[in-house]
Amino acid sequence: MSGLPDSPTLPPYAQAMGMVVDQLEGTTPILAMDFADHVQGRPGYLHGGAISGLLEMAGFAALRAHLDAEDSDRALKPINVSIQFLRGGKSQTTYAAGRIHRVGRRNGHVLVEAWQDDRENPIASAVMNILIAPAED
Amino acid sequence: MATTPSFFDPSKAAVLLQHGHSGWLGTEYLDHGPNWVELALPWQEKLVGQPETGIIASGPIIAMMDMATALSAWTKRGKFVGQATLDLRVDYTRPARPQHTVIGRGECYKLTKSAAFVRGIAHDGDPDDPVAHVAGVFMTLQVPRA
Repeated sequence: MSGLPDSPTLPPYAQAMGMVVDQLEGTTPILAMDFADHVQGRPGYLHGGAISGLLEMAGFAALRAHLDAEDSDRALKPINVSIQFLRGGKSQTTYAAGRIHRVGRRNGHVLVEAWQDDRENPIASAVMNILIAPAED
Repeated sequence: MATTPSFFDPSKAAVLLQHGHSGWLGTEYLDHGPNWVELALPWQEKLVGQPETGIIASGPIIAMMDMATALSAWTKRGKFVGQATLDLRVDYTRPARPQHTVIGRGECYKLTKSAAFVRGIAHDGDPDDPVAHVAGVFMTLQVPRA
């Protein structure tokens, strides 16, 4: 699985985890992460931390894409995240995408979902509050 | 190292940390008490979330805290029971300093038959100046018989 040619650059952690931009939905990137031993928790299942990492990257990517569309170069910093684990992540590719619920001058509020074979039945969801800081901050 | 009068010894269960995602992250067992477990996450280039600053991504910190709090629940319960993370909330109080090992201390403050309530902090040297606070709940997969 490879990223789209013009997809946003993901940080080292996301690349090392095997996350790629699978497709763009409007401006929102849908991230994908293949199953492998390095994302496994109990045998045959995704580690909750790996799911969390994917959710957060998708949340940041959604807000970044939204701000880029407005020509912004501001830095994004996590304030907090609340993750709900809805079902076990099986040994297959996992997708995640964020929806921007509100963007103010100082912070963004993003809902993120992760799913496997059925997007209507997500395996996990997250609510993220992200600080939008001036680029030099 | 603190001793715990139980059949679950997190220092031995920490062998789990060498496998799968925890092994890839490089998490290590540090210490434990009757209801808490401390793990370490050494800084690594591949864990960086901001290349321009070298600051570690939040995902590895969540993963470590998930593991530290899960181990704290088994430690307090005194035995291993299958459990799944129901939810986890993380407040990022400040960025972890680049090149610094992040230490995660998970604590189980309440057990019921079907749930374990946990909280914890992550810090990079000074426990009084955490990089993150977490709170969460684990559900037991099978209710243990009384």
